[in-house]
Amino acid sequence: MSQIFFYLTIALYGFATVACLMYLWRTTSLLGTWTNRLVLAGFGTHLLSTIHRFSSSGHLPITNMHESLSFFALTIVGSYILFERKYKVTILGAFVIPIALLMIISSNAFPSGINELNPALKSNWLWIHTIMAFISYAMFTIAFSAAVIYLIQQHFLKKKKLGALFQKLPSLNTLDEINYRCLTIGFPLLTVAIITGAIWAEKAWGTYWSWDPKETWSLITWFIFAALLHSRLTTGWRGKRASLLTIAGFLIMLFTFIGVNLWLPGLHAYK
Amino acid sequence: MNIIVVGLSHKTATVEIREKVAFSPNHMQKPLLELIGLDGIIEGVIVSTCNRVEIYATTRDIAGGIARIKRFLADYHHLPLESLELHLYNYHSEAAIRHVFRVASSLDSMVVGEPQILGQIKTSYGYAAEYKSSGIILNRFLHKAFSVAKRVRTETKIASSAVSVAFAAVELAKKILGDLSSKTVMLIGAGEMCELAAKHFLNSGVKGVMVTNRTLEKAEKLAEEFGGEAVRFEELFEHLHRADIVLSSTGAPHYIIGPKDAEEVIKRRRFKPVFFIDIAVPRDIDPKVDDVENAYLFTVDHLQEIVQANLAQRSLEAEKAEEIIDQEIGQFHKWLSTLEVTPTIVALRTRFDEIRKAELEKTISAWKDLPPDAEKRLEALTTAMMNKLLHVPTSVLKKAGQGGRVDLYVDAMRQLFELESLQHDNEELELEE
Repeated sequence: MSQIFFYLTIALYGFATVACLMYLWRTTSLLGTWTNRLVLAGFGTHLLSTIHRFSSSGHLPITNMHESLSFFALTIVGSYILFERKYKVTILGAFVIPIALLMIISSNAFPSGINELNPALKSNWLWIHTIMAFISYAMFTIAFSAAVIYLIQQHFLKKKKLGALFQKLPSLNTLDEINYRCLTIGFPLLTVAIITGAIWAEKAWGTYWSWDPKETWSLITWFIFAALLHSRLTTGWRGKRASLLTIAGFLIMLFTFIGVNLWLPGLHAYK
Repeated sequence: MNIIVVGLSHKTATVEIREKVAFSPNHMQKPLLELIGLDGIIEGVIVSTCNRVEIYATTRDIAGGIARIKRFLADYHHLPLESLELHLYNYHSEAAIRHVFRVASSLDSMVVGEPQILGQIKTSYGYAAEYKSSGIILNRFLHKAFSVAKRVRTETKIASSAVSVAFAAVELAKKILGDLSSKTVMLIGAGEMCELAAKHFLNSGVKGVMVTNRTLEKAEKLAEEFGGEAVRFEELFEHLHRADIVLSSTGAPHYIIGPKDAEEVIKRRRFKPVFFIDIAVPRDIDPKVDDVENAYLFTVDHLQEIVQANLAQRSLEAEKAEEIIDQEIGQFHKWLSTLEVTPTIVALRTRFDEIRKAELEKTISAWKDLPPDAEKRLEALTTAMMNKLLHVPTSVLKKAGQGGRVDLYVDAMRQLFELESLQHDNEELELEE
């Protein structure tokens, strides 16, 4: 059952990606509407698949790479839908939805069996810790997309190449606003995730902080976004510098999330 | 019934001639009534804008109608027909329909895609409707033209890009700064282009304007005009950080704003971007300012390039618009041809005959012991009744066909007897907007 929804989701995200790219190519309101519908339908089936998996396993489906990547895609698409509504930036989908598609396809490359839950994970802290972490990851993904578009737009403006693509992509101001908004939501959530993680670690492993690779890399991610938020608030950093730092933060976050799990042995390596 | 168009436009006549032929919008009753008083002219609409004067009319006699309208245009404005005629063009039937659809869709405008023409035709039609010089055909025709124009507007991007430098500057500002309602413009120096751009910014709802000039009085005068604030030229850099948009056009022989200044200003603004527009020749703003982070410098040449690109885009979109018009001409032409007498009479007879046969069939099939020749008799009876009933309407229609407003009768007949689905596609029959 959840498998059917899962494959349906892959198909819908695939179509949505095609629609998003077509929308970038030929922007019409009809295509925009259909793009949004496809994204929403994909999110719906994805949610159903996740809920089904949740109810049949009895725990949040984030205990192995297959589940985590799929859950990551789910939060990315959910966040995109909210940002699309608020800022009317369907065009952002052309950058965000392919990431979600990539995540769900790579999720499919991992074994999809339901794991016996590691006893260390049987805790209510799991909920808060992981959900906070995932939403903050999704926020940084949206921020990353906005940052990439910002750099593209700035390049067009500086080179005075104001073609069709420049006209279609959002204004610098909107992109900077999205970046800032993502940061102000994502950063506190990441902070909460790290703190609740520490509390949970104390309960499960007897120590708040054990310099496990995941913990170290999370801290690095946290510092980068802390630095970005700090300079935004104090000296008014924005634009190009903020975008570059966002991109760096996102790449490190991606490594924290995926790379650490796969390549660095440690307590968090849930394969 | 034929639609004819006679007129002149920016393509065939200079502004001096167009002025002489223009009709004053306050006195439309007289020319409209004179127009439909012309021999053979049944309905008429006069469109008069600064770029064109055109008369749309219906007539049975194409050549005669066109000649009489030409004569009317010359006489009404006391001009010799021989010299005026050189500038006049005329169209009839399908070409006339195409012409009006193209004009309404702004394909024949000086700046293709400009939005005013549709409103101007609507106003002109308003006069014709008010003084009843337009009738069933021109009413329908112009409403069709309006809906075609609307379709062109929504289905092509013909009017979606800026084609003036000032407007291009506003569009670009939105692309950099987003919503302009919280933004401030700084005007350095004066000049027609600069003031025009400032007006465009004000129209798009910027929060405020600052004006500076080497002569303070000039700055104060302009500031008053824009409802803004005058700034001493010496104090420019104490205020520049408040401006999100800087428009410069002084006669200074050297740069007024250099990269160092821009850097400082932007730092003082906490890195909020500034859109610099340099209109001056020689330039006021050092091109190196563009290398400063969050500073975006554009010159008139850059803006002109945008305008050129937009114009090229418009001509591409114009091709799509022509396709839309091609489709719509066919539809309208079909409707026009239904307004002829003979096909209407045939359709009317067919409709009556269908009813007669259906009812006859019903009666006969329900009739049990039918006398042998009853069927024949019933057939004869009903046919005779039908012919009697149709005799008067048919002859009235035929008689109307030789006179003036036959289309009224034909249209009424077709509607009363639902002679075919006349495609009442509910084109909004009142003036919108």
